Amino acid sequence: MRVLLNGSPHEVEEGTTAAQLVVLAGAPPTGVAVALDGAVLPRTRWSTVVSDGATVEVLTAVQGG
Amino acid sequence: MAEELTIADRSFGSRLIMGTGGATNLAVLERALVASGTELTTVAMRRVDAGGGTGVLGLLARLGIAVLPNTAGCRGAAEAVLTAQLAREALGTSWVKLEVVADERTLLPDVVELVDAAEQLVDDGFTVLPYTTDDPVVARRLEDVGCAAVMPLGSPIGTGLGIGNPHNLEMIVAAAGVPVILDAGIGTASDATLAMELGCDAVLLATAVTRASDPERMARAMRSAVSAGFDARRAGRIPQRFWAQASSPDRDER
Repeated sequence: MRVLLNGSPHEVEEGTTAAQLVVLAGAPPTGVAVALDGAVLPRTRWSTVVSDGATVEVLTAVQGG
Repeated sequence: MAEELTIADRSFGSRLIMGTGGATNLAVLERALVASGTELTTVAMRRVDAGGGTGVLGLLARLGIAVLPNTAGCRGAAEAVLTAQLAREALGTSWVKLEVVADERTLLPDVVELVDAAEQLVDDGFTVLPYTTDDPVVARRLEDVGCAAVMPLGSPIGTGLGIGNPHNLEMIVAAAGVPVILDAGIGTASDATLAMELGCDAVLLATAVTRASDPERMARAMRSAVSAGFDARRAGRIPQRFWAQASSPDRDER
């Protein structure tokens, strides 16, 4: 199936979780948040299996402001 | 005004809030932050693969500086609210510097979206510090919806043009029941001093330090400037006079 991860299409296996996508995105171990289809997915729910066509954003803090 | 800056339920010894954007590397940023004496500093939220200064969180933690996530780059209330919620999830803080800009050319706040986003975030339990225009009416609206401070601009972000409308700032200060933080437009130390002399409770700046030729030295200058302006405001300046007034006694008649 196909998901949109941080703006790029990715082919992933059925049953892929948000946590696996966080790793795929190259996220650091802390200071990270996930939005699934435009809503916050709390870390406690990263075991959620994403569906085909899902939009996933993985964000962290960078220099700014 | 107390010696300490109090925003919501937290007090800070420093009245200089720093941003981290624009520094060429983390070593330069570290020296500037230390020299500034800041206790609260902004970061932006971005996609993890976007690069742009990873490691800033570790630096702030090591220096004992509280992190203030911003919603920079957001163009509408919905986007800003989601970004604030993601920042809370990622960083474990319910404080947010709320930015909703109207366009890339001016980076001026879209105040209609801003007030909407501020109200939603306050209702969601956030401590909201909104970046706003120097319009006293908008500042009042933001306070009315429950913002913990108001942060009017001196001039547009990154311009270094200083304080374009000092009288508007004075009107905001005179009416505000929450801290007023001058945010954006500072170019050099005298701008920061003026903001404090006008009655602002704190100054937030980034570019003026991070893009200065010597960021560490400019950070030190800003620290002194904010402190000097704060003291001058508290000291009560003399009235301005049209004619001279001798400061020495009259010369003895002979």
